[in-house]
Amino acid sequence: MDFYFGLVQIIGVHTLLGLSAYIVLLTGQVSLAQAGFFAVGAYAAGMLTVLAGWHLVPALGASAVCGAGVACAVGFPALRVKGLMLVIATLAFGEGVRLFFFNFDYQIARGDIKVGPLGGEGFRQIRFFPENGWTTGEVMLFIWLFVAAAMALLWWFDRSRYGSVLRAVGEDELAAQSVGINLTAVKVSAMTVGGAIAGVGGGLYAHYTTHIEHASFNILVATFAIAYPIVGGLRNVFGTVLAVIFVQGFLIEGLRFLGDWRNLLFGALIVLAMNLRPSGFLGARRRA
Amino acid sequence: MLELQALSRHFGGVKAVDGLDLTVTQGQIFSLIGPNGSGKSTTVNVITGLFAPTSGRVVFRGQDLAALPTHRRLRAGIARTFQNIRLFGQLSVWQNLWVAQNSAEDQARQGFFARWLGGQRGVRAEIAQLLEFSGLAHRQDELAANLAFGEQRRLELARALAARPKLLLLDEPAAGMNSEEIGQLRDRILKLRETGVTILLVEHVMELVMGVADRIAVLNFGQKIAEGTPAEIQAHPAVRKAYLGGDTA
Repeated sequence: MDFYFGLVQIIGVHTLLGLSAYIVLLTGQVSLAQAGFFAVGAYAAGMLTVLAGWHLVPALGASAVCGAGVACAVGFPALRVKGLMLVIATLAFGEGVRLFFFNFDYQIARGDIKVGPLGGEGFRQIRFFPENGWTTGEVMLFIWLFVAAAMALLWWFDRSRYGSVLRAVGEDELAAQSVGINLTAVKVSAMTVGGAIAGVGGGLYAHYTTHIEHASFNILVATFAIAYPIVGGLRNVFGTVLAVIFVQGFLIEGLRFLGDWRNLLFGALIVLAMNLRPSGFLGARRRA
Repeated sequence: MLELQALSRHFGGVKAVDGLDLTVTQGQIFSLIGPNGSGKSTTVNVITGLFAPTSGRVVFRGQDLAALPTHRRLRAGIARTFQNIRLFGQLSVWQNLWVAQNSAEDQARQGFFARWLGGQRGVRAEIAQLLEFSGLAHRQDELAANLAFGEQRRLELARALAARPKLLLLDEPAAGMNSEEIGQLRDRILKLRETGVTILLVEHVMELVMGVADRIAVLNFGQKIAEGTPAEIQAHPAVRKAYLGGDTA
C-alpha cells in the first residue's frame, strides 16, 4: 500500500509543479523557470524546519512567499522577451538556481552531526515527517490538501475577470493592450502566483523525500512542469492533473515492467497523445 | 479633442505618415480616407501608441500622449477597432466585453478585489446593454471564434465601447460588409455620436463615409492632400484624381 501512497504523493507534488506552469501558460508564456521556484521552495522549507525548528505549515507558507518573490523579481526582466527568447531566459534562470544550490553550504551542528545544505552533497535529514510520526498515508493526504487548495484557487481565477484577462493576453497581446490591459502587470502577476504554487510544491517535495540536492531540480523537472499543462490542455485545471497521472502514474510507473523498453515507449506515447489530442486532453473549446 | 501636429512615422525609407496635421473636435465624426498604403492605419497605430512617431506630436484633450503606453491611452479615453478583426476567439462574447472594461471610471468605481477576482454579477447590466446595442444578446455565451463575420465586427465595436471611450478610432469597420450591414453600421455610428463620443473613422467605403462624416481628410502617400466637408471633398480635383477616380462606390 505504501508504494501506492508514495506514488500518489509524487503525483500530488508534480501536479503543483504543473499548475504553477499552467497559470503562466494561460498568458501564452512558456517558462522553464518553474523548477527554479520549486528548488527555492524546497530549500526554504527544509532549512526552516530543520535549522530553525519551525512547524511544516508556516515553513510552507514561507516557501510560497520565497517562490513568489523570486518569480516576481525574475518576471519583470524575463517577461519583456517573448517566445524562444523567454524559453532561453527562463532556462538560464533555472540552471542558475541549480548551480547556486550546488555551491550553497549552510550547516549547523545538531548534537554530534551537522545538518543543513552542503553543496553538491545536497541537503539530508529533512526529517519532519518521520520525527513527528506521520504515516505515508497521512503525508499523502497532507500533500493533496495543498493540491486541492491550489486547484481551487486557479479554478476561482478562471471564473473571475482575472482569468479571462490572462487568457486574453495569451491569445492576442496586441488586442489585449489595445483594450487597456497592462501586459507586464498581468504576466508578472501570473508568474508570481505560479512561483508561489511551485514554492509550496518544492517544500512538500523536500519533506517527503527527506533528501534534496541540486540535481533534483534540473532541466528535466522544468520540462515536466511545462509539459503537464501542454499535454493536459488549458480548458481547466483538471487537464493538468490528468496529464500528471498519465505521465507519472502510467508512463513512468505503469510501464516499469517493460524495463529498458519503457524509455523508448515513453517518448512515443507522449507524441501519440499529442497527435490524438493536439490541444491537450482537455483542450480549449474548438470551432463548431 | 485630438490634435496631430506634424506627425511622421517612417519605416526605413518608407514615409508611411509624413508631416500630418489634423484636428478632430469634440463630438465630431471625422473621417480619414485615402488609397491603400496611404498611411491611414499607421496613423491609428501611432495615435493608440502601438507605433512611436518618428517625429511630431499626438495631443489628446490638451495632453501630449508621447509618454503613455497603449493601455494607458485607453484609460485616457481612446479606444479602437482593428481593420483585420482581433477578438479573443477562445473567450465567449460576454468575456470579450468583460476583459475590456478598463475605463478610468470602472477602475475608480470598483475595488481591486471586486474588479479582478469578483464574479460577473456586478457588471451584468452594463454588458447586457452593450450586447443589446450590438444585436448580440442571443450570442452572449458563444465563443467569439464561432461568430459570423458581421457579428465579429459588431462584437469588436462593442468591445471598444466597453471601455467608455471619449474618442473612438474605427479602422475600416465596413470592410467586407454587404450594403445592408453597412446601413446598420451607419445607424450605430450615428447613434454613438448622439451619446457624445467623438469618432475618427478610417474607411474605404464611400457609401458609409459620405453618409456619416462631418469632416473628411484625404491622405495620399502619407500626406494630407485635402480636407473639408463631404461635399467639398467630392468636388475636390486632387481627390478625384488620387482616390475617388472611377470607383466612387
